[in-house]
Amino acid sequence: MEIFSIKNAKKSFENNLDVLQDISISVAKGEVAAIIGPSGSGKSTLLRCATLLEKMDSGELYYSGEKAAWNNEAGKTVYASPEKLRQIKSKFGLVFQNFNLFPHYSVLKNITDAPISIQKRKKDEVIQEGLVLLEKMGLSDKADAYPFQLSGGQQQRVSIARALAMKPDILFFDEPTSALDPELTGEILRVIRSLAAEHMTMVIVTHEIEFARNVADRIIFIAGGVIVEEGNAESLISDPQNDRTKAFLNRLQR
Amino acid sequence: MSISVMLSKLGEGMITSVLIFTLTLLFSLPLGLIVALARMSKNIILKNFTRIYISIMRGTPLMLQLLVVYFGPYYLFGISISSGYRFWAVILAFSINYAAYFAEIYRGGIESMPLGQYEAARVLGYSESQTFMKIILPQVIKRIIPAITNEVITLIKDTSLAFSIAVTEMFTVAKAIASSEKTMVSYVAAGIFYYVFNFVVAVVMESIEKKLDYYR
Ligand SMILES: Nc1ncnc2c1ncn2[C@@H]1O[C@H](COP(=O)(O)OP(=O)(O)OP(=O)(O)O)[C@@H](O)[C@H]1O
Ligand SMILES: [Mg+2]
Repeated sequence: MEIFSIKNAKKSFENNLDVLQDISISVAKGEVAAIIGPSGSGKSTLLRCATLLEKMDSGELYYSGEKAAWNNEAGKTVYASPEKLRQIKSKFGLVFQNFNLFPHYSVLKNITDAPISIQKRKKDEVIQEGLVLLEKMGLSDKADAYPFQLSGGQQQRVSIARALAMKPDILFFDEPTSALDPELTGEILRVIRSLAAEHMTMVIVTHEIEFARNVADRIIFIAGGVIVEEGNAESLISDPQNDRTKAFLNRLQR
Repeated sequence: MSISVMLSKLGEGMITSVLIFTLTLLFSLPLGLIVALARMSKNIILKNFTRIYISIMRGTPLMLQLLVVYFGPYYLFGISISSGYRFWAVILAFSINYAAYFAEIYRGGIESMPLGQYEAARVLGYSESQTFMKIILPQVIKRIIPAITNEVITLIKDTSLAFSIAVTEMFTVAKAIASSEKTMVSYVAAGIFYYVFNFVVAVVMESIEKKLDYYR
């Protein structure tokens, strides 16, 4: 079953044309897709369009078959009603590079506030689930701590828990380890690996090629706003077909 | 005039001063937030209107504004001024003046908030107003408390400007007693009052700041 798909996405900024030029990706339930590519290639913009933080100029967006955006006759993207979009928003989560936790909320409140006040779920249940999530993240003793009291790796784990607490069908990650000291990246990669083992559907933008190769089913290489090559994770890394993919991987390995 | 009569007169002035202070804050703090939001709105008319309003309020003396608010109704519309209006003219003039200063403080605080806070809230499904009330505003308040404290301390001293339209606040009373009784005592008493008032307000503001110290 298809959980997420974006079709023919095009996006330009005022001072930056064709950041995305006709990108289409779809992700099946339980699939893990990694997106790699050089800096400025449009990876973040793609995730931001997928998570409704940015509007596409043209293109379609679906979550579990529900239409979030489609093209009108002129080929311009039309978005669903705010009501509908709000409902669709609970189908996906996004983990940011720099966490973006709410500093004035405790760890537990960061995780439980949106399910309680936005999704209107039962408070006791949400708190119970929140504590379970924290335990899973190895942060049982941090429920009452505030974000500033945590290391970067711990903060990122809280932000993953915050996204999971919404019970999304799919989780997007935008370079979840890039803001961390090298010795802290391991703990995040472990968490993502364990989510993959539980068949969480995920799309991960990352520069950690080895990690992508291990954890992802499929790797998508983007450069200059287009998908240059995509395929099975193992074979794309070990046997890239396109020259630009080869050059990119070579550069990383050196 | 006996000491006790003098003190009771000063006491009345004191109550008026505290009342001016309290009411001004009560009205100007929320009004300032509304002005700040208007100042940042996408509506060009609203934005420019508030921009001009803030610039006039900050660019002319408060005493002049007070005189305009008090005498304006008479000179502009020929409405006779009742004595009850005196006090409310002070509250009105002070509130719209301080709202302008507070608006700029709020705006600075709001604009200093990282974009990531808005985006995290948006992805989690918070509406714009929920994002503002739950995520942005509490953090803004923490950031602007020191600047607010400065204005609040200034307001204590500014309450004495009410004497210019003969509202009998602390300073007016002290001055009247000093000239009729040929004594400095009332000035000393007034000085002590302002000092203690300042001190109390500073302590209160500091405790608010401390309360918000639980996060960074
Ligand atoms: N809001 C914006 N306004 C203008 N240009 C933008 C904006 N956001 C992104 N861009 C431009 O779009 C291009 C793609 O940016 P994007 O952030 O998507 O790249 P990226 O692949 O995520 O890069 P990185 O690996 O460095 O994170 C860049 O040239 C960037 O400068
Ligand atoms: Mg990026």
